[in-house]
Order: sequence, then C-alpha cells, then structure tokens
Amino acid sequence: MLLFEQSVAGRRAAAQAPRQAVAPDDIPAGQLRATPPALPEVSELQAVRHYTRLSQKNFSIDTHFYPLGSCTMKYNPRGCQEIAALPGFIARHPLAPERHSQGILACFHELQEILKDVTGMAAVSLSPAAGAQGEFAGVAMIRAYHESRGDTARNEILIPDAAHGTNPASAIMCGYRVREIPTGADGDIDLDALAGALGAHTAGIMLTNPSTLGVFDRKIERIAEMVHQAGGLLYYDGANLNAILGKVRPGDMGFDVIHMNLHKTFSTPHGGGGPGAGPVGVSARLEPFLPIPMVGCNGDDYYWLTEKERPQSIGRLSAFAGNAGILLRAWAYARMLGRDGMHRVAEFSVLNANYLMKRLTDAGFQAAYPERRATHEFIITLKREAAELGVNTMDFAKRLLDYGVHAPTTYFPLLIPECLLIEPTETEDRRTLDDFVTIMQCIAGEARETPEVVKTAPHKLPVKRLDDVLAARQLDLRWRPENPPPGSSD
Amino acid sequence: MPFIPHTEDEIRAMLDTIGVERIDALFDEIPAKLRHGRLENVPDGLSESEVTRLAARRARADGEALCFLGAGAYDHHIPAAVWQIATRGEFYSAYTPYQAEASQGTLQLLYEYQSMMTALTAMDVSNASLYDGASALAEAVLMAVRVNRKSKARRVLLPRALHPAYRDTVRAIVSRQGIELVELPYDPASGQTDPAALDELLASDTTAVVIAQPNFFGVLEPVDALTERAHAAGAVAIAVVNPLALAILKPPGEWGDEGADICVGEGQPLGVPLASGGPYFGFMCCRQSIVRQMPGRIVGRTVDRDGKPGFTLTLQAREQHIRRSKATSNICTNQGLLVTAATLHMAILGADGLARTASACHANLNHLSERLCALPGVQSRFASPVFHERVIQLPIPAAELLKLLAAYNILGGYDLSNDYPELENCLLVCATEQRDETDIDAYLAKAGRILGLRNEAKCPVQPKF
Repeated sequence: MLLFEQSVAGRRAAAQAPRQAVAPDDIPAGQLRATPPALPEVSELQAVRHYTRLSQKNFSIDTHFYPLGSCTMKYNPRGCQEIAALPGFIARHPLAPERHSQGILACFHELQEILKDVTGMAAVSLSPAAGAQGEFAGVAMIRAYHESRGDTARNEILIPDAAHGTNPASAIMCGYRVREIPTGADGDIDLDALAGALGAHTAGIMLTNPSTLGVFDRKIERIAEMVHQAGGLLYYDGANLNAILGKVRPGDMGFDVIHMNLHKTFSTPHGGGGPGAGPVGVSARLEPFLPIPMVGCNGDDYYWLTEKERPQSIGRLSAFAGNAGILLRAWAYARMLGRDGMHRVAEFSVLNANYLMKRLTDAGFQAAYPERRATHEFIITLKREAAELGVNTMDFAKRLLDYGVHAPTTYFPLLIPECLLIEPTETEDRRTLDDFVTIMQCIAGEARETPEVVKTAPHKLPVKRLDDVLAARQLDLRWRPENPPPGSSD
Repeated sequence: MPFIPHTEDEIRAMLDTIGVERIDALFDEIPAKLRHGRLENVPDGLSESEVTRLAARRARADGEALCFLGAGAYDHHIPAAVWQIATRGEFYSAYTPYQAEASQGTLQLLYEYQSMMTALTAMDVSNASLYDGASALAEAVLMAVRVNRKSKARRVLLPRALHPAYRDTVRAIVSRQGIELVELPYDPASGQTDPAALDELLASDTTAVVIAQPNFFGVLEPVDALTERAHAAGAVAIAVVNPLALAILKPPGEWGDEGADICVGEGQPLGVPLASGGPYFGFMCCRQSIVRQMPGRIVGRTVDRDGKPGFTLTLQAREQHIRRSKATSNICTNQGLLVTAATLHMAILGADGLARTASACHANLNHLSERLCALPGVQSRFASPVFHERVIQLPIPAAELLKLLAAYNILGGYDLSNDYPELENCLLVCATEQRDETDIDAYLAKAGRILGLRNEAKCPVQPKF
C-alpha cells in the first residue's frame, strides 16, 4: 500500500513543524500557492512504520550476498557513517570560512594525497559527484589540454566495445565523436584495430583496466605508447580499481587521467542508487585543468583552490564541493586500511574471484575466458544452458533471488551472450562463496528437471516477475487518487 | 585485516583450489615492471577508535556556528526519524534497483518520491534525482535544447540574479556542446529580472529561459509574466525553485497560462543536513509530453505475473547503459540515499508542516531584516518581497562585518561584492525556522556593536583571525 493511500485529511506529525502558523501576508497573493500540495497526511509513526517495512523489501549488502559485477558491493563500514555524521562536519555550512573549516579541509587534503599515491597521478580533485561526472571532467580536461595547445582538430574519442555505457555518453557530452574499438578473442584490445583507428583526429582513448570482461589487458604499455604517439591521451575508468588497488597504478601504466568511484573501491554506501563520488586524478600536464574546488595546503593551513588560483580549470561541476560527506567516509575508510590494507583489497578481491570462478567452472559452468586469470570479477556465460534447456540468464538471475542472493550483473558486457558478471569482493568469506556455488548447481539442476520453476522465478519475493513492457507502454509515474494501479480491472 | 574475513587456513585452501602457491601469483598477467606496489604517501592503518578520535578532534575544531548564511544551502530542522530510517542497512547498502523484485522497497519509495515532487511542483512527472541543484540545471538546459526543435539558435538566457555557482556549473557542463549562454540582467531597483532587457533578448531566437524563484537575492520574481513571455517567444521555460518555498509559493506547473516546461532545484531543504555542501540531491520534473527527453532514473508502476502491482525502473531506453552515445545524459549513479531521506521528510512534515516551516522562515527573515535595517546606515537593497533571504546594504564592506562576526562564531551571511561588484557593501542574509529570537538577538547585538564601533571610526576589537 502506498503511503498516499494511508492518508487521512487533517492528520499531521505535530512535533516536527513550528507550532505557530504565520501567514506570509506581505507576499502578493498572485505569488502564493492556491491549494496545498497533495502530500500524504500521516502520523510520524505511520511514516516510520511504512518506510521501515519498505526497507525490508530490499536486498542489500547488510542482509544479502550481492555479487553485482562492476559495482563492488563490499561491506560499508558503519564507523565511516558515524564519522561523516559528527556534529562539526554534518552541521557545517559549505560556505563557512576556511578558518572554521581546517578540520574538514585536512581530511580532504589527506584524501587527495592518498588517492594521488594509489593512482600514481600528480594531482587529484575530489569534486565530481559520481563516476559519470568524473568521466565528464576527465574528457573535458583532455579537450581543454588539446585546445590549450591549439591542437583543435582532434574530435574523436576511442572506446572499446566492452566499455561501460557512461564512457560514450560522457564523451558525447564533451562534444566528441565516439569510435568503438573491438576486443580480441582473448579479451584484450585488438591492437590492429586500434592502430587503424588512431590518427590526427584522436583526442584520446577511454579504457577500463581490468576491463569489464574481468581480465587485465596485458598489452597496456603498448596501447599507451601507440595512443601517445598519435598525440592522444589515455583516460582510465576507475570502476575496476578494486582489482589493482595498491598493486598497480594507472599512472605507471601510462594513463593521463583517471576517475575513481569512491562508492566502489572506497566502500562508501551505494544508498539505493547513490550518492557516489568520482574524484579525478591527472598527470602533471593536465593539472591546470582540474575541476574546482580543490584543497591546497601551505604547510600549516588548508585553503580552497578556486578559479582565482586555477584560471584554466574546466570549471565547477556542482554548487559547492561535491559529495563532501562521501569524501569523509572514503577518508575514514582509507585511514583505517592504511598502506597494507590497500594492497589487501586487491589481493583478497582477486583471490575471492579466482576461487569462485574455479569452483563454478569445476561445477560445470562455462567461464567466458577460462584461460585467463580472473581479476576482481569474472564472466560466466549461460549460452549452453539457454540453448539446451531454454532457461536464460535472466531466469537464473531471478531464481538466485529466491535463494537469497542478489543476482550478478546480467547481459553486460554486451559482447558475451547470456552472461553473468560476478564480483564477490574481498569482504565475503569462503563459506558465502561456497554457498553461492551450491545454489548455482541447484538452479542448474532445476533448469534440467523443472525448468518452469526457473523460468517463472522469483517465487518467494514480495512480487513475482514484473512486466517491464507494460511499465514503459502505460506510463504510471506518480500516484493520482483517481488512477487505479495498472492492470487492475476496474 | 580490516574488513577481510579470511583465516590463514582458508587462504591456503582457496589457493589450493585455484592451483597457485601464493596470492601474488594471481597477478601474473600484469607486466612485472608495473607491479611495484609502493605506496609512500599512504599512512599506516588505524583502528576505528583511532580514526574516530582523530575525526572528532577535527570536527570539534571546526565548531558549530550560528548560521545566518544560506546562498543555496539551508539550516532546517530534520526529524530524527528521517536519517534513522534512511540509514537502515536495507536502504543504505543497496544499489540501483536493477533487480526490481529484490528492490521493491527502494522502488516504491522512489515512486512515492516522484509523486510527492510532482505534487509539490504541480508538474506532470519527476525523475528519481540528479546530483545537485546546479548540475540539475545544466541537465535541464541540455534537455531544453533537445526538446525545442523549432529553435535553431541553441541560445539560453541565464539570469544574472541566478546563483553564481549555478551559472558557473551550467557553463562548465554545457559549453562544449555549442550552446550559447546569455546573461539576463536584473533591475537594480527591484532585484527582479529586468522585463525590458528580457523582451529585447527574446527578440532573437531563444531556446530556453531560466527563471529562478526565489532568485539568488531571495527576491520573488513575477513568474507568471516571465513564463508567458518565454512561451510567447517560443522558448522553453525552465524553473529553478527552492522546494520548501513551494509549500507556500505558486508551483511552477501553474506559472503563466501553461506552466513551466521543466522544473529543477536543490533538494537539500527537504531533510538533508548542511554537511559541508553534499551529498545533496537535484530534482527534476517536467511535462509528460517531454518525459522521453528527461535524464536520470525514472520509476514506474506495473504489475507482476499474477497481476499484482509492483514497481520497476522504466523508460530505460533513454539511459547510458542502453543507449550509450545516444543517451539523454551520462548520469548513472544518482543520489538515492538523499531522496530516501527527502521522502521520509516530506512524509513526516506533510503539506502543513512544510508550509509552517516555510512561513516561519519568511517571518524570521522579515524580523531579522527589520531589526538590521534599524541600525544606522543599514538598509534593504531591493524593494521586492522575498522568501527567506534578503540583500542588506551595509555602511562598510560586508567582508569586514562577516570576519568580525565569525570571530564570535556567527556566520552572518554571504558577501555579494565578489560575484556582483555593483553590489558593493551588500550582504545576503538568511533566517530559517531554526533562528529563534535568542539567535537573532545575538546576531543584532554583535552586528550592532561592530557597525557602531566602525561608525566611530576606531576599532578597538581586533579580529581573532
């Protein structure tokens, strides 16, 4: 039941609003609202109970194994949340003077330094609000760099076909054309195709390494050399940074720009779809173009770097300093991990992924790249099951939900038919991984013996499989008192 | 090992299963010379207790100031229940609801959020959030350019009286797509958009007009007239509004004869703490007819196999993960957790609670500014009605007053002279419902003392900073 349907005219949560209602009588009537908005009228308890119950209809990291590939659904330490909620941080106005902000600026500056070190970059700006905004900032810096040199003919960004959809969308937002580069049969980029695509029009290439195929591109140094020789720059999509944290640095691979997803690698909460944070790091030649604001330090004092200090900046991406509270959580996480903890993130996320891939292939599932090492994630393809049994990847995914496991990423990357992209993360223990294998075997058995059970899954969730086609065809995007729910007969 | 559960025995057994000796062997496809693993600037790890004490020391040093500063971020009461529920692990540690059946909690909440936002704005549809108000406006400008196919100019009017950081953000995000941003001046007497200048600018092909209510000066704009002028010139009307103010002000869906076409704003006043500027959330609503050009996630109600109502992400063919280079935006992760809080906040306060809060802000600001304007040499700069902020003309540079007030731990407002050289000595002050008589007394006492001493042309008080 919607909260709107529990509404009773005249009911309110009286403790939460000013006791006196003062009419704003100096505002002209024509500027005022004629009728109050139709929000639910409920008690505080009703609201608390309603949303508590709704929360219980969710899968989450705190309640379920959540091996969602490319999303790094690892434990979000509660201590980081508590630190971000400290009164001096949570009540601080974003425009408070620097003198009243030395504590938080110190945290931001330390985070900048840590991120520089783990990425091998010369400078970092924390301001992008999410990975996609970091991508935009990164490509905008590539463009600003070329333009600052009068090199204005470069109008194309190269993107492998396995890339996240945000990559081409970000390049377009920066005014570039996009050209796709195919992947070879071994999962690495097709170097001949790359050579054919490079030229005087190449502004840069956007790469994820390890790629979304769950493998590390072994020819990365050669790729960097080729792109640089053509006058282009290399952009590193940090979505998969968890796999190499503290082990290999994108700067050392030859990348010029990187964005990081702090909500992945640095364990800040995903919040049902955000907030994220997408800091960007750059090599020295791109430093002048970093988005503002950034934090500077002159030894004793911390201060904001704005357009005054950074006149060549690509500019400001949000009204204030990005998702500050997420940056604080990432800072706390990074300080708790420390140097050794950074290495262990990569080591144990890769150990878990390789272990799970081996167990699943031993159990008869087909890995997309069985000859390759898994990184922090890997792909299982169910094309054989789909062809032989008529049970596809979506069916498997939905049946996993019945067994209390969030489904891996499905049908991505687009190159691999009937694929599951599985990322267990380093915070899961061995038994959880073993249980997952057992569940997958059970579902494979069901697919052979009682395929209808799998094809019609889920059975044990608050709703059965939902009609997405109807949702898009008969748009019902908000509650209206006069509208019955779709599909109802009256 | 922080947050890693493996025991030595388990590690051994797992390596044996894989068939390697050491964990390092799992990195053998990475060229050896790249694998150096030096991290010279990452300090040693701390326990949760140590890092919490370090953070608490820093947070205490920053202190909690008495806040009369707004300028886009506002200090409102948030019911305790809001964040206690929003940080339940089931909301806090879930991700984008791609698996709808396992995410009905988040999805139904988002549907209710969309319903609440459309009620508040009187618009047809809402998305499930964007990053913040400023970047939401940039997305609205891009959307307007996609929607308005009759206009060939890709020319958008941005008021000078719009938040300066919003203008900067829009410029940074849209400037690489051949969009021309033209400054729309304000009337120096009223602080409202200059109607004559608007008419003159609208004489050329204009794709969209941005209308802020209230504008950065806190001033209420004649939104009906502005919307109608924009529409008469064939331009898309983009509203930028404070959502709390909409509890008492005319909603964008009712501006002029047809209403605004796109409405965006900063959601922070709806249950999000100041938190140093983020995470906040941007909201966006629009007409039904242009929903397919809207960026960001949208939740729809549908039915399951048994015909039972349920919720799912819909219209995904607009989005980057399907359409890639042809998507309406590159946005992927948005601000779900903040929307969770905002939905709880709106549910608990209701229309009456939000209206009481908005009216109390307005009354407190009026009270504060009347008392400030009674000080010698202090006056209100613009003649127009305002919401909960007002531009005050001081006899001294605003920066001087603010510096001295800060020494008393009072954030006295926003110095306008940097962004608006023509507003010399002008201060933007804000009062929310939380600034009671005691707070206003404290502000007046200190401001009166500082200005009085300054009027005597000698200042025995040295600023502490």
